[in-house]
Parts: sequence; C-alpha cells; structure tokens
Amino acid sequence: MTTDLITRLEKIVGPRFVSGEAEERYLYSMDQGTMPPAVPDAVVMPKNSDEVQQIVRLANELKVPVVPMGAGLVLSGLTRALKGGIILDMKRMNRIIVVNPISRYAVVEGGASQGMLKAYLKKHHPGLKHSMPDAPPIATLAGNVCIHGSGHLSVLGGSHSDMLTGMEVVLPSGEIIRTGACSVSPDWFGRSPLPDLSGLFLGWSGTTGIVTRLGIKLFPNYKHNDVLIFVSEDADLMPDMISKLTSTQVAEDMTPWMSPKPDWARGFLHINIAYGAHSKKELTFKRNLMQASVREYIDRKIAGFLPLPPPQKGRFLKIPSPDLARFADLRKGGGFEYVGAIMAIEHFPAAYRAGLAIAEKFNVGYSLGARIIGAGHSMMFFFAYAFNRADAEDVKRASEALEATNTAALKIGGIPWKAELPAQKQIIEKMDPNTFALMGRIRSVLDPNHIMNPGNWEK
Amino acid sequence: MKPIKFDPAVCVNCDTIDCLMKCQYISFTDISEAREEKLKINDGRDSRVLTQCLTCYACQEYCPFENNPFYLLVERQEEKGILPAPKPIVEEQLRMMAPRGRIAPQAVSGPVVDMCAFPMLTGCVRGKLFEGATTIVGTDIFCNIMWLHFAKNSIIRERVPLMIDNIMSFYLKNSDTNELVCFHDECYGTYTSVADAYGIEVPFKPIHQFDYYNQRLNVLKDSIKPINAKIVYQRPCSNRLSPQTDKVLDEIFAKIGAERVPRKHDRENALCCGGVPRAHQRDELADELVDKNINDMLSVGATYCVFNCPFCMATLGQEVAEKGLMPVLVSDLVQIALGE
Repeated sequence: MTTDLITRLEKIVGPRFVSGEAEERYLYSMDQGTMPPAVPDAVVMPKNSDEVQQIVRLANELKVPVVPMGAGLVLSGLTRALKGGIILDMKRMNRIIVVNPISRYAVVEGGASQGMLKAYLKKHHPGLKHSMPDAPPIATLAGNVCIHGSGHLSVLGGSHSDMLTGMEVVLPSGEIIRTGACSVSPDWFGRSPLPDLSGLFLGWSGTTGIVTRLGIKLFPNYKHNDVLIFVSEDADLMPDMISKLTSTQVAEDMTPWMSPKPDWARGFLHINIAYGAHSKKELTFKRNLMQASVREYIDRKIAGFLPLPPPQKGRFLKIPSPDLARFADLRKGGGFEYVGAIMAIEHFPAAYRAGLAIAEKFNVGYSLGARIIGAGHSMMFFFAYAFNRADAEDVKRASEALEATNTAALKIGGIPWKAELPAQKQIIEKMDPNTFALMGRIRSVLDPNHIMNPGNWEK
Repeated sequence: MKPIKFDPAVCVNCDTIDCLMKCQYISFTDISEAREEKLKINDGRDSRVLTQCLTCYACQEYCPFENNPFYLLVERQEEKGILPAPKPIVEEQLRMMAPRGRIAPQAVSGPVVDMCAFPMLTGCVRGKLFEGATTIVGTDIFCNIMWLHFAKNSIIRERVPLMIDNIMSFYLKNSDTNELVCFHDECYGTYTSVADAYGIEVPFKPIHQFDYYNQRLNVLKDSIKPINAKIVYQRPCSNRLSPQTDKVLDEIFAKIGAERVPRKHDRENALCCGGVPRAHQRDELADELVDKNINDMLSVGATYCVFNCPFCMATLGQEVAEKGLMPVLVSDLVQIALGE
C-alpha cells in the first residue's frame, strides 16, 4: 500500500516533493516537545490548493490519514501522524497573495511564514505590520491562527484567530470552501456579517480540514516605539495592575514574566508593555496614560516602572523576542516545551503559585509568564520548562511537570492551549458532554472516513 | 557605623543656606523657610525636602563649608524610610548591581583604569590616550554611589569597603602602582568625597579621568589636531562631588581646541539628565528637564554634546543626536583630537 501511496502522491506533486524514506519519516515523526515520535508513511509537499485537493481525495480513496503541518513548531506534538499516513507539509504554499493597505489585511497561502510576511511588509508596506508570535520566523501564519495563537499585537487585536478575516479550506471530503467575506465578495475584509464558519477550523488541531489560504488583519507600524517594564513583588496585585494598564487601551502587547534567571529577577513580577505612536508627543501621551493608570501603586511605593535608558530598550523591542529562545536552550540538548493555558486574568496569582510549586516539585528549570489577550479580556499564561532531550530522566521530569501543570491549569479554571494528546483527554474529561458530542458529530459530517489527523480530540 | 561627617553648628551660623536656596528643583519662599527646612533635616525632623529631593547631589557643591548636606539628607531619608523610588525598583537594582564574587586576581600594569561595573565601556580605553593601560571592570568593583539616589546609605557603607578591598586584593596589591584612574566620574566621587564623609579608608590613590587626560595631552601635545568646534557639556550629578575637576576639563577643552560654549545650564546650574527622576517615577518632570536642557544646548549652536557620565549619555544621547548634536564622551572627544 505504501508503495502505491508514494507512487500516486508522486503523480500529484512530482517525485521531488514526496518521500517515504526513513530519514524524512523520522524527521517528521516528532517536534521539539516531549511527545513520543509517531512515524508517518509518507511526507508530501503540495504546491497549490488543487494538489491539496487531489491528495485529500487520494487519502479518502485509500483510507489513509492526513496530518496537515505548517512549520511543525507547535511543541505539543499535534503534527505527529498518530495513526500513520501522510504528513502534508504546507511550506511550498508560501505566497503572499495580496495586501490591502487601506482595509489593512493580507491574504496569504497556508504555508506562508511569519518571517516572510514580516519581510514582505517591511519591503512593500512599511507602514503596516502583523502580529508576530514569539515563535521562530519560519512558523506559519495559518498554523498559528488555527491554534488560537497570540503575539505582539494581541492586546490591541486579541488572539490571532480574532485577527482572521477569512479562509480557503480543503475539506476532508476534498471540496474547497471559503469562510468569511471572501465567500461572497472579492474582498477578504472580515468574517461578518455571515454565519461564521471559520470556527469549524480553529482550535481543531487539523482534524476538520486543511487551510490553503487565509486573510489576516494588519495594523499600523508606528515610527516611534517604546517599552515599559512594570515591576512588583505581589502576585495578588497582578490582576488589578493588568486590568488598570489595559484599561488605557494604548498598549500593543503586554507580557508579564517571572523567572529565577537572571538571579536579580527571582521573586519579582514584571510586566513588559510595548506600545507605539506616530509621533513622540503621542508616544509620551500614551506613556503618561499607562503610568497614571497604576499611579496608586507607584505612590504606595509597592510597584513601579523600571528605569530603562533608551539603549537598553532595544532588546525588549525585538520581535519575535529572543528571550524565550534563550531560555529554551537553558539545559542544552534541544528540548523545550511549555504549557500555555488560556484563562481569565484574575487567576494570575493561582497560576503563578502553581507554576512555582510544580517547578520545585519536579526540580525543573522554569520560566513563567503570560501574554495578555485583548484589553485585559484573558491571558495565555505559560509555564515553560527546558530540558535536555538527550537525557531521558530530564525528559521524563519535564513531561511529568507538564502533565501536572495541565491538571493545575484546568483546576484553576484555565484551558491548556494547543493541547497535546494527554491534555486533550484532560480537557475532554472536564468538557460539557454535549459540547464534545457535537464536536464528534461535526467531524463525522465533515470527515466521514475519519482521515484528518486521527487520534486528536478523541476519548 | 560611622556617622556622616557633618557639623550642625555650621548650618546654624550659615548666612546663605545655599544648599537649599540654590536648589533648581525645590523652591522656598525665602531664606528663613529654607533655613527652617534645613534645620529640620539636621535635627532628624520631617521636612518636605526629604520627599521632594531630586537627589541631584548639587547641594554638596553649593555648600560653601563642605558640610555634606546631601549625604546627610540621604541619611535622614533612609532613617525615616522615605523611598524616593518604589521598593521593587530599588530592591531589584540592588540585586542587579550586587557583587557576584566572580572576581579573580589579574596582573595589572601601566595606568590601571577602573571601568566600574560597565564592561560595554572598555572599548573606550584605546589608542595613544590609554597606551599601556589595563582595565578592570565588574560588579565586584562597582562604586555603589548610585544608592545615594535611593536613600540607601547603608548599602554604600556595606559595599564600598568590600569593593575597595577587591580592588586592592585582586589588582593593585601585587602591582607596581597604587594609582587607580577612574574612568567613571562617580567612582572618583566615591573614593574621594564619599569615602571622606563616611569615614571609609581608601588605600589607593584615585585619579580623575580628567586629570589623567590632561596629563596625557601634555605628553601627546604634538599629536593634537585641534577640533576647532563648539561644544556643550552635560555635567553629571557626580561631578558635584569633585567640582575642582571642572576646571581641569576646561584645560582639556582648551588644549584640543573645543570651545565650551557658555549656556544657562552648565557648571553650577547644570541640569539633571533626567535618568534618576525616571527611576523615581517622575517621568513628566524628567521630560521637562530634558526639553529645557536640550533647548539650552541647541540655543548656543554647538556641534558636539560632550558627556562625562555614561549614564547621562545613555539617557540623553539619542535625544541630542536626533536634535542634531553629536553625543560623545570626553575620552572620545580627546581621541578625535588625537586623530584616532
């Protein structure tokens, strides 16, 4: 069957873009996280929607699983071929199709990367930018939108799925559909006022279709940019501080962080706040608004803004931030994973304490932090653990810490983000059974042969 | 703990109360109000000065009797628990700048140049000006004077003797020199003015960078190519602790053909660069100071804005550059004149 599969895939995309070789299958069997490898039968790289459609039809015919993959950087093993089959690597579909500078959106192919769009905008539309996640630049826009990612404009624009304006999707049955305005209009300006079908593909971990195009919102790229770092020592005050800072609605990004390294940072709670403006006067005005919002804490001398001379700010204004990558290499050996849990802001203190307790219990190097989503509407609280992939004990320890963190996050009221398989099962346990049943019915309708990334979101 | 060197009788008999009357940031209705506030400070009573002080060090220079008014004020702030900046800001910086104990013995020779805790500045020590020099650097030899801005005399008392001991034990003790060239104006202030006032013994001879450059320019006089340019100078807070060096700077400028253009906010009327008020969470005041200062600089038509203090340069450098002035350290300007 595998030989037949490879031969038929070669007919669709050409022999250069299919592999059934052990080396490739090994590389595609895992990501950088702790999930064990799952080896696919084949890897294929289509060039356009038509080829994706043909591959999906073939998979249906042969009853072979299909796992769509962007850059494979999700860290929670969502692009592993749990039941074998085809890994459908989208990286060749990487065109920036159109940028609308007036309505501020871009339409890109499903494999276009964050770095490519950033570079494209810098060259052709320097007045615009998109929300970059703190992932390597090769991470794809579609992948990040589909996992409800967040990034450097998430206080301004919400999660990346909130910034989605429309999609072209190859359904598991092979049909190509569009969601959002682009299903009616030549423009990709948004998802209203139609029934919003985009939700059928967001957060489903590639079990409902393959995104071949998407529209995303763009934002003004300001000439003047600045960062503030607000420091306190009391986790219980963080929800109110975040609420007050976001109430000014001038920040683009807000990322609390708590880390035992460097030594001076241990025990302090920081909030990095990035904001921009067209003029220095506007920038100062925005700074003053944010400072005034937390003046009560400053006057009580229990929190304040770290004095940062301009030359020291550059590091904090880098997008994506290099800090997480630096932490990821803490233990060397190339292992890094984190639990990001989406939760309400008021759970910050509980999440912080849970993270500290787990890190201590499992003796793992940690970095705790969050990205505020929307004007203080929720946050992605992350518990990051570095480990040495070459050290089995270290991997086990990190894995156990992650599982404990998922449990703690759910207990607090949060929901593990881009959940790996065990976390998916934990979520399902807590989920309203009718909701889970509906998910199953939707999948059955969309994917009668159950070929799309099977093994995910199942009991 | 040794008390600050200070004589209350001097203030009682003072006719001018210059320490407060000359203050550029706090106003007094008349000399009697200033005197009353000063006596409150001296007696350990509450005074609005303790909370309003910008900690610019200037009163140290204004006092004609060298009665250490600023050091005493900081002492009172700490005694009363008056925090000029929020506690986490102070505490975190205390940790950032703490000695790491990572110092190792190093053979030093020639002029030994103390770069304080700023490794990023060691590149400044180059060329003919610093021929044969050895640099020493790190938080284990940090001068710690910055705690004057944060009501932390106790830290100065605790850490400065340790730093001095490190400088001696790890560097100077087994070298052929007992002199330490302070690249950082604040270090010189620490090892002279602060050490004297706080009763801290300094076993080496601190040399101010200006004295060093001035001497070197005598040696290198044939290499000097006068820059023939107008400059403005940003005098830092720490230079209030060694005002005599300001005249040496004039000699340096004269030797290299730099015209220090008179302006309102130079010399005794120098303005704070704005960095410390930002740490005190007084950004709007800092903005005002920066505007006032730079507008004053621009009004005299200079080419260079010359900095003594690296922190002033970090704080103001970008702003002055955007306004068309070239920011340089004194050492850089001298090196330009030496054709380097």
